[in-house]
Amino acid sequence: MVEITVTGLDAKIVVGRGEDFRLDMELRIPPGRTVALLGPNGAGKTTAVMAIAGVIPIDGGHIRLGDHLLDDPRSEVLVPPERRNIGVVFQDYLLFPHLSVVDNVAFGLRSTGTGKSEARRAARLWMDHLEIGELAAARPADLSGGEAQRAAIARALVTEPRLLLLDEPLAALDVTIRAHLRRLLADHLDGFLGPRLLITHEPTEAFLLADEIHVLEDGRITQIGTPDDIRLRPRTRYIADLAGANLLTGWASGGTVVVSDFELHAADTQTEGPVLVTIHPRAISVHRRQPEGSARNTWPTTIKRLEHYGDRVRLQTDLPIPLTAEITPGAARELSLEQGGEIWLSMKATEISLGAA
Amino acid sequence: MSDGTASRRRGTRRPPILLVMLGGFGLLFLLIPLMGLLGEVAWSDLPELLGRPVVVDAMRLSLLSSVAATLLAAVIGVPLAWLLAKVDFPGRSLVRGLVLLPLVLPPVVGGAALLFALGRRGVVGGPLHDLTGLVLPFSIWGVVIAATFVSMPFLVITVEGALTALDDRYEWAGATLGAGRWTVLRRVTLPLIAPSLGAGLILTWARALGEFGATITFAGNLQGRTQTLPLAVFVALESDRAIAVALSLLMVLVALAVLILLRNRWLRSL
Amino acid sequence: MKRGVLSVLGIAMLVSCSSGERTELLVSAAASLADGFIAIEAAYEESHPEVDVVLNFGGSSALREQILAGAPTGVFASANETIMNDVAAAGLLHEPSQVFATNRLAIAVPEGNPAGVAGLEDFDRPELLLGLCARGVPCGDFARTALQRAGVTPVVDTDEPNVRALLTKVELGDLDAGIVYVTDVIARSSVVDSVVIPDEFNPTARYPIAVIARSGAQDTATKFVSFVLGAEGQAVLADRGFGVHE
Repeated sequence: MVEITVTGLDAKIVVGRGEDFRLDMELRIPPGRTVALLGPNGAGKTTAVMAIAGVIPIDGGHIRLGDHLLDDPRSEVLVPPERRNIGVVFQDYLLFPHLSVVDNVAFGLRSTGTGKSEARRAARLWMDHLEIGELAAARPADLSGGEAQRAAIARALVTEPRLLLLDEPLAALDVTIRAHLRRLLADHLDGFLGPRLLITHEPTEAFLLADEIHVLEDGRITQIGTPDDIRLRPRTRYIADLAGANLLTGWASGGTVVVSDFELHAADTQTEGPVLVTIHPRAISVHRRQPEGSARNTWPTTIKRLEHYGDRVRLQTDLPIPLTAEITPGAARELSLEQGGEIWLSMKATEISLGAA
Repeated sequence: MSDGTASRRRGTRRPPILLVMLGGFGLLFLLIPLMGLLGEVAWSDLPELLGRPVVVDAMRLSLLSSVAATLLAAVIGVPLAWLLAKVDFPGRSLVRGLVLLPLVLPPVVGGAALLFALGRRGVVGGPLHDLTGLVLPFSIWGVVIAATFVSMPFLVITVEGALTALDDRYEWAGATLGAGRWTVLRRVTLPLIAPSLGAGLILTWARALGEFGATITFAGNLQGRTQTLPLAVFVALESDRAIAVALSLLMVLVALAVLILLRNRWLRSL
Repeated sequence: MKRGVLSVLGIAMLVSCSSGERTELLVSAAASLADGFIAIEAAYEESHPEVDVVLNFGGSSALREQILAGAPTGVFASANETIMNDVAAAGLLHEPSQVFATNRLAIAVPEGNPAGVAGLEDFDRPELLLGLCARGVPCGDFARTALQRAGVTPVVDTDEPNVRALLTKVELGDLDAGIVYVTDVIARSSVVDSVVIPDEFNPTARYPIAVIARSGAQDTATKFVSFVLGAEGQAVLADRGFGVHE
């Protein structure tokens, strides 16, 4: 890998967009770390990307990358995008349709004055590294989603940027290949030594790719934490609903899923091999006594932790797998739950969704 | 939803008869005048007529001035289109209207306006003449200016439309890769709008080739200097109809050849 | 004009009813006759309220093409006898044409004659911007006859399609001189100056007028032609510098 100067991102981004929307967020990413900016559509993620990339100026705050001040309205510093040296992997990748793949990858070097053959040679090295070397002469339109993603990553990395910005890098992909490409993307991210910022509305992507997650809602950061923090202790309804799902990795075979020696029974008998298991906390039922009926996913356990969040109560148990259940405060009172209390958990096989990992 | 599937399934059936009839009339409307022209052609004299100096001069001048007008329109019209599409300046809608004006204005009026402005005693032409001794009317420059004036709107509206429809994010992508605004324009924007740019240039050239009214009003009419094919046709209609018909035929052939050759490559986007 | 305004006001129906009782007469006249024929139209319609004279001005040769192509022209007033002869040869004249006016040429120069043009002999000076009417247009053919008689080989910058276009370029000062009709410089005397062409070189343009056979309004047309040839019509033309017929 090429030796590059690695420096962190330090930003306070304030952008007023129209009358009713204002983005006001802080973001610090040390070198070698991946931070995910996770939020619903309209939360201001794109505005943040544009501000960091330099496409729009910020109205307040500052953007600093290592020693370089990129944007600071107070001192009237505004570095244009072409001089920020930030590698961006865009949503839909935005490969230039009129250029071959190798010329797409070489574009950054060509734009900064490198000669054609030299730029192509460097581009080919990166393409070989990302295992798309044989696609040099192809047109972007002929690439599969995965190939286009790798071409976009190669294009962003070839200029040896000081920050790698990935804007919804998997959103354009077919669901069936997302998991595979997510793992490849994780590998590529590890190879980049600078700070990395992942923009996404998909909790799974954030959990699997990021070291730290910043949750952005309506222009504000509502929670910062590790993927486990966010998942286990979601602070807002949005995170609880979308990000608060139980995510487990296991091995599926004919509807039986083994998660660290623990067996779950899923209605999906088709998915085989390594899987990502998603169980929504509200799909888990909590009982004081062993429930009647024949639900196969039924286990006795004790309450390890009980947390009240206004209109809902989340509880974690002593089960060997980290499962969080969520119930209403009323139900919690009725069951007179308390920390250390003995309970039974159950869930329907149909509530256990499997995705190839 | 079901409507959509039904019409797709029945997509292979014959087109509606009314459309075929009206479309056929449309085609005839274009073909009949052409047939009228062909009927007048003195085929046996044609080689001799086409070799006459008046025809050769007009042909040369027309090709030269129409290509020059297209290039001039590209040099000043594309930047204008870019400004209209990308920069939100005060009075932009007024400028948009202004750009279209030569399409609406009778070319003779355009020519007269050019004469008032750029003539030897015009607002701009006067000082220009005093300073440099340059006289634009009665010169090929006058022909090129008149043709550019009437044809540039085609380029500006085509290119502006393409730029407006273009996904800005391609330009951002270029910028984040270190390309300055000129490099982005040259290596991203223009290649991306190349089909529309090509179509716009062809329309502009075609309009410039056919230009008559503004040219004769502003640039005058002199064989070998300002007499383009359309002017030569007009003058010959008064004196020698055989030559006029030969010239017209020549224009039709040149225009058809270029449009058919280039259409497959560039006009698909129209 | 009046009709256009009225129709805009939405009472076109009323006008078309009243004008329906008037016979429409299309008079195609050479462009150089415009001022005179506009005055004649007014005088004629005053004495003949039952006729609506519609004037169509153009280069004589363009008018000839229109008539040959079947335009519903009732009267044709040409600036050139050859052109009238073409129409006669096509068998389109109701009766032989008559010359109703003559015209001579003059050199039109911008006000003050900035280039100091003195006569036909200046038409071979390449440093001047000079214009003529194109060949095939009567004023162009006459001008070349005059120059030939004066022994001058012209070096011109433009062959204008008609005399009005030529005169406009002289008026604006874009041309230093152009050869037009005497009647044109009289009509535009407030904006152009003129230089006289000696009689010995100056050809006489003869304006023939005739009734077109096909028009279906021969009687009306014949009366109009008589009016033009009569005292009133001739006086109008003489006022505008035309030579009138003997």
